[in-house]
Amino acid sequence: MRDVPLVSVRDLRVGFDGLPAVRGISLDVGMGEAVGLVGESGCGKSVTWLAALGLLPKSAQVAGSVKLAGEEILGAAPHVLDSVRGGRIAMIFQDPASSLNPVHRVGAQVVESLRLHRGMRGGAARAEAKRLFDLVGIPDAARRLDAYPHELSGGQNQRVMIAIALAGQPELLVADEPTTALDVTIQAQILELLGALRRDLGMALVLISHDLGVVAETCDRVCVMYAGRIVEEAPADALFHAPSHPYARGLLGALPPIDGPRRPLAAIPGSVPDPNAMPPGCAFAPRCAHHIAACDSAVPGLRPMGLDRRAACIRAEAPVRAALVPA
Amino acid sequence: MTAPLLEAKGLVRRYVMRRGVFGRTVPVEAVAGVSLDLRVGETLGLVGESGCGKSTAGRLVLGLETPDEGSVRFDGAPMPEPGTDAWRKLRARMQLVFQDPLGALDRRITIGEQIAEPLVIHATPGDHAARVAELLTSVGLREEQASRYPHELSGGQRQRAVLARALATEPALIVADEPISALDVSIQAQVMNLLADIQARRGTALLFISHDLRVVRQVSHRVAVMYLGKIVEEGDPDGVLQEPAHPYAQALVSAIPAPGRQGKRIVLQGDPPSPADRPTGCAFHPRCAVAVAMCREVSPALKPRASDGRLVACHLVHGDAVSLKVAA
Amino acid sequence: MLRFLGFRLLRAIVTIVLVVTFAFVVLRLSGDPALLIMSVDAPPEAIAAFRAAWGLDDPLWVQYIRYFNAIFHGDLGRSMRDGRDAIVLVTERIPATLALTLPALAIKIGIGVPAGVYAALHRNSLADRMVMVMAVAGFTIPSFVLGLILVLVFAVQLGWLPSGGQESWRHAILPVITLGVGGAAVLARFTRSAMLEVLGQPFIRSASAKGVPWAAVVRNHALPNAAIPTVTIIGFMVGSLIAGAVVVESVFSWPGVGRLLVVAVANRDLAVVQCILLLVAMTMVIANLIVDLLYGALDPRLRATRTAGAH
Repeated sequence: MRDVPLVSVRDLRVGFDGLPAVRGISLDVGMGEAVGLVGESGCGKSVTWLAALGLLPKSAQVAGSVKLAGEEILGAAPHVLDSVRGGRIAMIFQDPASSLNPVHRVGAQVVESLRLHRGMRGGAARAEAKRLFDLVGIPDAARRLDAYPHELSGGQNQRVMIAIALAGQPELLVADEPTTALDVTIQAQILELLGALRRDLGMALVLISHDLGVVAETCDRVCVMYAGRIVEEAPADALFHAPSHPYARGLLGALPPIDGPRRPLAAIPGSVPDPNAMPPGCAFAPRCAHHIAACDSAVPGLRPMGLDRRAACIRAEAPVRAALVPA
Repeated sequence: MTAPLLEAKGLVRRYVMRRGVFGRTVPVEAVAGVSLDLRVGETLGLVGESGCGKSTAGRLVLGLETPDEGSVRFDGAPMPEPGTDAWRKLRARMQLVFQDPLGALDRRITIGEQIAEPLVIHATPGDHAARVAELLTSVGLREEQASRYPHELSGGQRQRAVLARALATEPALIVADEPISALDVSIQAQVMNLLADIQARRGTALLFISHDLRVVRQVSHRVAVMYLGKIVEEGDPDGVLQEPAHPYAQALVSAIPAPGRQGKRIVLQGDPPSPADRPTGCAFHPRCAVAVAMCREVSPALKPRASDGRLVACHLVHGDAVSLKVAA
Repeated sequence: MLRFLGFRLLRAIVTIVLVVTFAFVVLRLSGDPALLIMSVDAPPEAIAAFRAAWGLDDPLWVQYIRYFNAIFHGDLGRSMRDGRDAIVLVTERIPATLALTLPALAIKIGIGVPAGVYAALHRNSLADRMVMVMAVAGFTIPSFVLGLILVLVFAVQLGWLPSGGQESWRHAILPVITLGVGGAAVLARFTRSAMLEVLGQPFIRSASAKGVPWAAVVRNHALPNAAIPTVTIIGFMVGSLIAGAVVVESVFSWPGVGRLLVVAVANRDLAVVQCILLLVAMTMVIANLIVDLLYGALDPRLRATRTAGAH
């Protein structure tokens, strides 16, 4: 399956006003695969996908390659991108209420997608919109089609966004912090829904989140990003049981445990580097407990750590079996 | 047993909400009978989803809002009327820290001046500059950062500065309303550790308001779960997290996304109702998987559970009603 | 909705009454019409007779009540200068004023809105900067200065167009341009910032993300939202259709309502001034009402909430 990736990103670089935000990302998403992108704000996890789909402002400098089923889409002509966006790759965002147009009825916003990507109009489009509303679990779907976004709750609006995304029957759904603005119990509903839809529709999912827990539950494979680069890539279970990169380890350590004794959290000291003053070598070196002189000499590349994982750290070693005991 | 530092009884706060621009106004009980107490050096975690009234409860105990019913006692004395001298004096002893540190700081004034401000307002004697330096160090900032402006600091550093300002008057009580929600994960841990450290050193009482149960467990000695203006369960954090008794607390715990979480998740149906449409009886019954007829009619009281004394507001937990279904 | 309309109507009436009252008091405190119309050296008996005839010797509040009573009977008084009905004097000037202000409004909207939208869509481009420079110039230059410059260039120097009067459509060109430029500038700036605000909203990005071509994003998603604040300014311009040309009519000796107002104020021709102010207040208020109703039509968030979203 990994031989023919659905989306293949190679050495993607994005800069704003000369300041790099994404510093060379390479990443594959297989058909039907769920990939998580984790990292803190400003690490470039959202920018990567906005750049891939040509959704950044013109002032952004984008370089590299993004291939969809072997065809380059980075910098493709507008009409090509318009058929990819919402058609083959759909994207949903953090704040569902402001991601919907406030002056149009939510049904009309679903119908717009159906018209663009499936040529549906009139009664057929409305019937399909209702079916999609039912599919994403919006109660009383027929009536809600005529509602405006401000008349719906945050959770319902995110369901509407998902319905719009599904309207184009995409092969990949990119969900950018889809539950961050929602309450905990609503977050659980949306994650269940995304999981169920992916299973039922065979759609690939890229889940962008700052929340390790959210990603761990939903994804097969996780990429941890720091300062514009992927620092670790591993199957979700393996990553959470035995992270290789010190930053990934730090993130997990910073997460308050659900059980066990309560003791001070192993917080990562300091804060993310200023894009104006990046460390010469590994970007994480100034905050890293395992830092040695060699870390500052060059930016470490992703190295294989065992069979199916990679880490960008000169000091990381392939996890030994003992480390696989649940923490 | 020492008397609690803070004692709030039966707090009720009503607002008038307008439905739509031209709609009629509806009275809304944001806080519908909340009692809580807090001892010196103790942290009470107040958890709930947006609109459950937890922030309003925080402002009520600080005396920033006056309850429509109920009373607040601080250090043995009733909360003075807002605007009086006694009330103003009390401001130095209780502080509020909230979610957005950038919004809490004045962009045009240096961090040092802002930290010194409460010292000036409350006419604290002594060398203010030295005190500011001491406060900065105590929250893990450097002394020279006193001359910085808020935008020159990172989000975590700003929240530290806000904490330093809150600590300037050596308050006995800090109400922290989602103090780390706007921060990145690694920075959240720093601030949580800092709060615990401050409390250990100064014996500050802390009311920690959050939507995140994991965070609340990490920092609290006791946790209270709120739903639609009422506390539905209150007890020690490990007990509530590992074996929640109230069906809402169970759903909340099971909704925590966690690596390697086991067991089937309870997914609540629907959205939390608006306080304007408060269901009859137990406010949670329309979303509750185990609700029985009694739950629709009678509002359950928050009372100690027979087995271990944990406070729960649920007919089924107390055996006042028997469910046909078994709670997950 | 009815409650809303009723409330707005009540507010409109209060506004009009306040305007008229204010004008009434200020006019009577600021000069004696008898002296101005009869000239200062008229015999005192004649002046007294004039005052008695127009009821000017009654206490102010008696005059005020009499005035409002007359308004409710549809009588807006007569001009003290030629004794004709004030309302007739004013209404016969309205077409001349509209002949300037309506084409000017068309220029304001026709140039201001597209220029603002274009500038926003090409933010920081050369075109954007040029539009903004022109816009700043357009509304910082007072209309009498602009009018005089246009007269100097096109009438005096080039001799292409007449400098004043109302004989033909060519006479209207310079005053219409003078009126239109300032408003177009205001509207361009306003439209630009409204568009920029909307273009920065997340729903614009999500429209692009669902594959809506850019032109359709602008047309179907950005413009309807940007229209909401822009309508306020246009409403204000519609409200000033009658009274917005006072200065320009004077500069170009255009016999419209504005010039009538200037002359009437100078003469303390009370009934005429009050009649014009009443008319102006009413157009303003009606324009505002229309704007409010348009808001409801443009922005569903301002409509009464329906039950669809209720829990």
